[in-house]
Amino acid sequence: MSQTDQTRIAQQFIEAIPHARALGMRVDDLGEGAATISMPWAEHLVGDPRSGVVHGGVVSALMDTCCGAAVMAHPSGPGSTATIDLRIDYMRSANKGQRITAKAHCYHITRTVAFVRAVALDEDEENPVAAATGAFTVER
Amino acid sequence: MMDRREPLDQIKSRRDSALSALVSGVPYLTWMGIRFDRRGDELTAILPYDEKLIGNPLLPAIHGGVTAAFLETAAIIELAWTAMWEDLESGRIVPDAAVTDSLPRLPKTIDFTVDYLRSGLPRDAYARARVVRSGRRYASVQVEAWQDNRARLLAQATGHFLMPQG
Repeated sequence: MSQTDQTRIAQQFIEAIPHARALGMRVDDLGEGAATISMPWAEHLVGDPRSGVVHGGVVSALMDTCCGAAVMAHPSGPGSTATIDLRIDYMRSANKGQRITAKAHCYHITRTVAFVRAVALDEDEENPVAAATGAFTVER
Repeated sequence: MMDRREPLDQIKSRRDSALSALVSGVPYLTWMGIRFDRRGDELTAILPYDEKLIGNPLLPAIHGGVTAAFLETAAIIELAWTAMWEDLESGRIVPDAAVTDSLPRLPKTIDFTVDYLRSGLPRDAYARARVVRSGRRYASVQVEAWQDNRARLLAQATGHFLMPQG
């Protein structure tokens, strides 16, 4: 299966998730234990009306989805996954009106647990918006 | 100073309208459908079930990101509410959702760690946050969320926040 086929299947998978669809998530890339998913800025997702910055919860949802996708994309082929724990560090506010992109990497996996790291970026890719580390279940 | 003889309906209306202004000032909370129930100064965040909150349509289960967002919201509103309580009661501030500048600045999340304890059922969820420590600059908040049973937690979280200055 080619990479574009895999990305297309992942996009269908994401669109079957109501919350991911509601946030307008798009699968940009999928590799071995790695995923890149992005979503657009929207007025109704604003958490701070003074600055127009999206709510931290939106970044959480994007990070969680992207980390889960990275686990599912691991070559060992997990059947399904669920979040055990997720920590997010907010380094700066995402810029108003810009797309947010999450990049996740499943850097270690056992028979039962997957360990994942992720970053969230806006158009200023040199300065990450947030970083995440998480542990996920692995259902074989 | 607290006025012991202040009419009860005036007290309730002041607190309820301040809380409603705080919550309705954030578009994302309206989109998620998050509401707050108040008993004195105690707040309970409520997330009514909606199809768009689903993360696993097969089980079905609420999205982990929704759970995280709900907990973070409960923490931020609790923190802002606690911080504005004195000014609200003394009449120094009168928050009005229509006037952005009348709303208190919200704390900024530094980090947030969610511990997922059960998969979220397709029903309403509730959360209560506790300000563990609130200094001039930083605050530490603990939050618990549940669905049907208060003792069977859906998730718990702890977070650090930067308090608005000035």
